[in-house]
Amino acid sequence: MSEVLDKVVEIVCNQLTVNKDDVTPDSSFVEDLGADSLDTVELVMAFEEEFGLEIPDDEAENITTIKSAVDWIQNNS
Amino acid sequence: MANKKVIVTGGNRGIGKGIVLSLLECGYEVLATCRDASNFDFSHENLSVANLDISDDASVEAFRISVEEFEPNILINNAGITKDNLFLRMSEDDWNEVINTNLNGVFKITKLVVKGMLKRRWGRIINISSISGSMGNPGQTNYSASKAGVDAFTRSLAKELGSRNITVNSIAPGFIETDMTEGVLDQEIIDKIPLKRAGKVEDVASLVNFLSSEESNYITGQTLVVDGGLFMK
Repeated sequence: MSEVLDKVVEIVCNQLTVNKDDVTPDSSFVEDLGADSLDTVELVMAFEEEFGLEIPDDEAENITTIKSAVDWIQNNS
Repeated sequence: MANKKVIVTGGNRGIGKGIVLSLLECGYEVLATCRDASNFDFSHENLSVANLDISDDASVEAFRISVEEFEPNILINNAGITKDNLFLRMSEDDWNEVINTNLNGVFKITKLVVKGMLKRRWGRIINISSISGSMGNPGQTNYSASKAGVDAFTRSLAKELGSRNITVNSIAPGFIETDMTEGVLDQEIIDKIPLKRAGKVEDVASLVNFLSSEESNYITGQTLVVDGGLFMK
């Protein structure tokens, strides 16, 4: 669990230039971390690359928080 | 070489060939496509060629690998066709074929390159449109609709990608001396052009060079007209 979480947090922090301390599992990319719509698409691209997965567009739309990203990745890898 | 890898669709003849030659001369590395790559009658150490029919999904899918290997940061959507006829005589097939190549093809090829540009935070997308798309031209309802679509696509995509340092512009040539305008260009048209001559492919290629370079950093979402002054808004 924590390994995926750590990676996701790292990717999010890099992409959105936010501080690790400001990120919790419930952090919403858009509402809490200031992502714009293109950021959210880029985050999904980065997750796909890091974890070697392909996230379908209709499911990617539901990945809006740290926790939802971690859950999806764990359920599909 | 940074920021100097270009894909040019339809690069074997006409304006596309002029663009390819001029980019090569400026030191770019070019991957040029056409439906049958054996049609390229020129070569260069920095030129590679590939088969691509932008209207064909299977062909576009096969081209994806070449794009991923090449990692382009500049795309010139140049490939296009005409199927001219008066509207009353235009078949639905001729309509669909032109829209599918000129407009849908731009969508498909642009999709292949944008992800890489996003990652690298730099990109240039240059779509070759036509003044036909903004001024209209009898016999070209299909072609002008496709080119107006490309111009509108250009503006929306420019707004989407601007924050990532990717510029998107289109170039609208007027009457340029190529196979496509052979038999269309006559004195009556030349008389209407303020510069009193048809354009040369180099006239378009030099603008492509500029838009591909760092010097055009602050220009995006525009349709730049290269027509000797024929169409003025």
